[in-house]
Amino acid sequence: MKIDKEALQKIAHLARLEMPASTEDEMMGSLNSVLTWMEELNEVDTADIKPLTHMSLEVNALREDKVIPNISREQGLKNAPKQDGEYFRVPKVIE
Amino acid sequence: MNQEIRNKYEVVIGLEVHAQLQTESKIFAADSASFGAAPNTHISPITLGHPGTLPKLNRKAVEYAIKMGFAAGSKISEYQYFDRKNYFYPDLPKGYQITQDKTPICIGGGVKVKLSTGEKVVRFHHIHLEEDAGKSLHAEGLSDSLIDYNRAGTPLIEMVTEPEIKSSEEAAQFMTEVRKLVRYLHICDGNMEEGSLRCDVNISVMPVGSKVFGTKVEIKNMNSIRFIQKAIDYEVVRQIEAVEAGVKIIQETRNFDPSTGRTSGMREKESMNDYRYFPEPDLVPLHISEELLIQVKTQMPALPWELFEKFTKTYGLPDYDAGVLTDSREVAEYFDATCQFTKNYKAASNWIMGTIKSYLNDNHLEIEQLTITPEKLAQLINLVDEGKVSTSTASQQIFPVMVTDTSASPLQIAEAKNLIQQSNTDTLQSLIDEVLAANPAKVKEYKNGKKGLLGMFMGDIMKKSKGSADPKVTTALLQKTLDSL
Amino acid sequence: MKNYTSLQSIQADLHAGYITCRQLVEFYLQNIAEKNTQLNAFLKVFDQEALAKADEIDQKIKTGNAGKLAGMVIGIKDLLCYKDHTSTAGSKILDGFESQFNATAVQRVIDADAIIIGSQNCDEFGMGSTNENSAYGACLNAVGTNRVAGGSSGGSAVAVQADMCLASLGTDTGGSVRMPAGFCGLVGLKPTYTRVSRWGLIAYASSFDCIGPITKSVEDAAILLEIIAGKDEQDSTVSRLEVPQYSAFDTTHKTLKIGYLKEAVESAGLQPEVREATWAKLEALKAAGHVVEAVEFPLIKYFLPTYYILTTAEASSNLSRFDGVKYGHRSNQATDLMSMYKKSRAEGFGKEVKRRIMLGTFVLSASYYDAYYTKAQKVRRLIKDYTDQLLSEYDFLVCPTTPTTAYKIGEKTSDPIQMYLGDLFTVQANVVGLPAISIPNGVDNDGMPIGFQIMGGAFQEKALLSFAKSLY
Repeated sequence: MKIDKEALQKIAHLARLEMPASTEDEMMGSLNSVLTWMEELNEVDTADIKPLTHMSLEVNALREDKVIPNISREQGLKNAPKQDGEYFRVPKVIE
Repeated sequence: MNQEIRNKYEVVIGLEVHAQLQTESKIFAADSASFGAAPNTHISPITLGHPGTLPKLNRKAVEYAIKMGFAAGSKISEYQYFDRKNYFYPDLPKGYQITQDKTPICIGGGVKVKLSTGEKVVRFHHIHLEEDAGKSLHAEGLSDSLIDYNRAGTPLIEMVTEPEIKSSEEAAQFMTEVRKLVRYLHICDGNMEEGSLRCDVNISVMPVGSKVFGTKVEIKNMNSIRFIQKAIDYEVVRQIEAVEAGVKIIQETRNFDPSTGRTSGMREKESMNDYRYFPEPDLVPLHISEELLIQVKTQMPALPWELFEKFTKTYGLPDYDAGVLTDSREVAEYFDATCQFTKNYKAASNWIMGTIKSYLNDNHLEIEQLTITPEKLAQLINLVDEGKVSTSTASQQIFPVMVTDTSASPLQIAEAKNLIQQSNTDTLQSLIDEVLAANPAKVKEYKNGKKGLLGMFMGDIMKKSKGSADPKVTTALLQKTLDSL
Repeated sequence: MKNYTSLQSIQADLHAGYITCRQLVEFYLQNIAEKNTQLNAFLKVFDQEALAKADEIDQKIKTGNAGKLAGMVIGIKDLLCYKDHTSTAGSKILDGFESQFNATAVQRVIDADAIIIGSQNCDEFGMGSTNENSAYGACLNAVGTNRVAGGSSGGSAVAVQADMCLASLGTDTGGSVRMPAGFCGLVGLKPTYTRVSRWGLIAYASSFDCIGPITKSVEDAAILLEIIAGKDEQDSTVSRLEVPQYSAFDTTHKTLKIGYLKEAVESAGLQPEVREATWAKLEALKAAGHVVEAVEFPLIKYFLPTYYILTTAEASSNLSRFDGVKYGHRSNQATDLMSMYKKSRAEGFGKEVKRRIMLGTFVLSASYYDAYYTKAQKVRRLIKDYTDQLLSEYDFLVCPTTPTTAYKIGEKTSDPIQMYLGDLFTVQANVVGLPAISIPNGVDNDGMPIGFQIMGGAFQEKALLSFAKSLY
């Protein structure tokens, strides 16, 4: 699988990572070599093998429906890059 | 729109209904899920997506979803797990939503809707559990959007119908039924204005009889049944006109503007999002046991159609009454309870639909807050049926007292206020004989045709009885007596 | 100060009154002051807190109600949340972020009266094998300061190695406890996946991440595991199995059946001294009467691709929360929401992290999901089934912890695949979720430590630790 610049930018967009033109070649190169290396998996016959989706042996980990007060608003906003005492603030979302 | 053109097309509608489950705490965190708190006061590190946090599933959310499945006649999935739906938005704290993509909790099922053309079952494709996002507010004049995470993590069930709704009427009826149902089940308050119940409408048109669906348009986050209807009506016309004119329908998400009644395309072209679903590794699978299913089954209330059946068949009520009474679970239960203490089911119905409903409306109360118990209401009904008081006395004089004095029985109130009617025929007869004996001339006039004098005699009898004479019985007896003279 | 290698000997001296906790903390703080600037093992040092806690514990010892870890001065990898302390995950994107709760493992060591002396340097978000991917500078190996510490728990290993603390809590997703332990001449334990709660562990790859101790002795690893392991209401995946008393080693002599990975031990890529040391260990085991056999694992060449597909996929999702909205770095170059996301994340994440996010996003994307992600999940099952099968026949599987001893700084940073290959022997345990321990096994001609790795069956840490104890 070869990733070209267009595919690279599509992935970068999905991942919300700015990928300036100057960084494209390096990223593309390392992605392509890692992907080629990963493709060795195609050598393994996995017909009829079920994917391993859960590594824990537990099932039915459930919680009682009880409110347990946690952090205050002040604490919640404490780490925020921008807030106004009530809300977290971000550049306006254009609908 | 020209009806001839309209009839060339059929409309295909599918709804995705989101209902917020009214649990105390959120689906994956123990902060409060209640509505209306000051911004960002119902939060926790889990809700804010802090690094190092992990989700833990709320048992009640699972039970509530199963209840909906039972009510809809769905199959409850025995083995389920959760998936991550990955996308970026400020109100989505983790950058992914935990949902059920591959193994929804309920498969199939449906809801019966009554249409002008008859009854129809709108089928569900499935119902799944997921978490709600926070809220972003975009205020005019601000360059920022404001984010409130109170709602983030509230449990949701998403109910996806098959694309077999054919009209705005059907969609409206369906939403009405779903709203009634979730309120019956006590799993969601169905408050659309507050957003506890909302839906996305997927709509397309195609020539009648076509096997190929037209291009689908989505209208998101509709929170009013009236607006859903209007939006659909508008879209139907818009899409048919476009197709007729040879204009391609763009597959997009559109907004509905209630003030204009129109939908419009979103300004920013929504590129198809790749959600990169994969199994949620921080949650373990659910194995739904027989025991759990039985436990939830025993907690199920009687459903609207079951009560409708009972009210019409067992209590012999007309469809109209049964319909009104089963509109809400609390009213239906109140009525049913009343019927345990009186056999006059119709009277109970009339009282609840009439006097009680007016009283509740005037005082902005719900029936759960009515201070008169079903048993007491039945006693009042029986009192009227025994002829002890008239209906008007009951509603105008006794009922108001019962509301405030919850200890006294209707009989006690009637006695205390001297309202008991005299309907003993012997007593009444002697009163009648007295009055007639005192007015021989009037009796003769009556016999000669002045029938209006009946009222005068009645007036005297009522006075003599200090108002306690049962008017109906008295009138009949008086009439009889006069005829025999 | 005596050269303590185990908590037991410290506690003996504490109770005898030869030393106090305060003296211990002062000793470690002194070493930190002397060596940390160069070695860069600790990102933050909690000197005042540690001294205050030391005084508190000294009191408790006097009154006889001190906890099991009294006298243990411990460092925690900066991927573990410690309430009201910064947790950077070795990244600029969390610069200044303060955790608002304790990781369960941290809470448990605190409750047992351990003294937390500081938070430790690591590869960014646990992604790396040398600690060269930290946004806060590389961590140097105390034995050879031109060498890497190993990663991602480099700081955690060097801190113990250089006597800046007695033990560390590190994390292991592909070998990140065992490899630095191996490079630094220490004991590093990765427990069974789900043995220890992940609540408060900043996630890299959720189905691989484990918290594990790095110590000077097997006893201390056992005691720490005993304290931190066990069910936890806050982690849905954590095992609810009982926690045995790991510190009570099983010393009964039995004849063990030990398998050594043929492809690993006979690999041409092994450094000669590593090969010799490993063979020597195997010969010693044979001499002790155990059955020692070569086992073949044809799927070994697929360990790493499987690991990298699945971990990058999970990581790409786990790291989406770092978006500059609620906490962490927000770019001041942002002009709108989209540029806020893209610039904040591009500025905040290092190169390797970005590379793995891109890879993970790619393998999860709709067109490639089945080809990579589902395929890797299937191969994971094959590897797990085969490993479980081997461990039903053998008590333990052994091999060198790494093919070579610690690299020189900068040696592997130009080619990611070269870097990844160093994980070959350690990733298996994470791919299959089994416990594994690295114990020191001599040094090479330059004096750089060599590690010997033992892997056991699921939740068989007691047997694993007992066996390791018999060897070290």
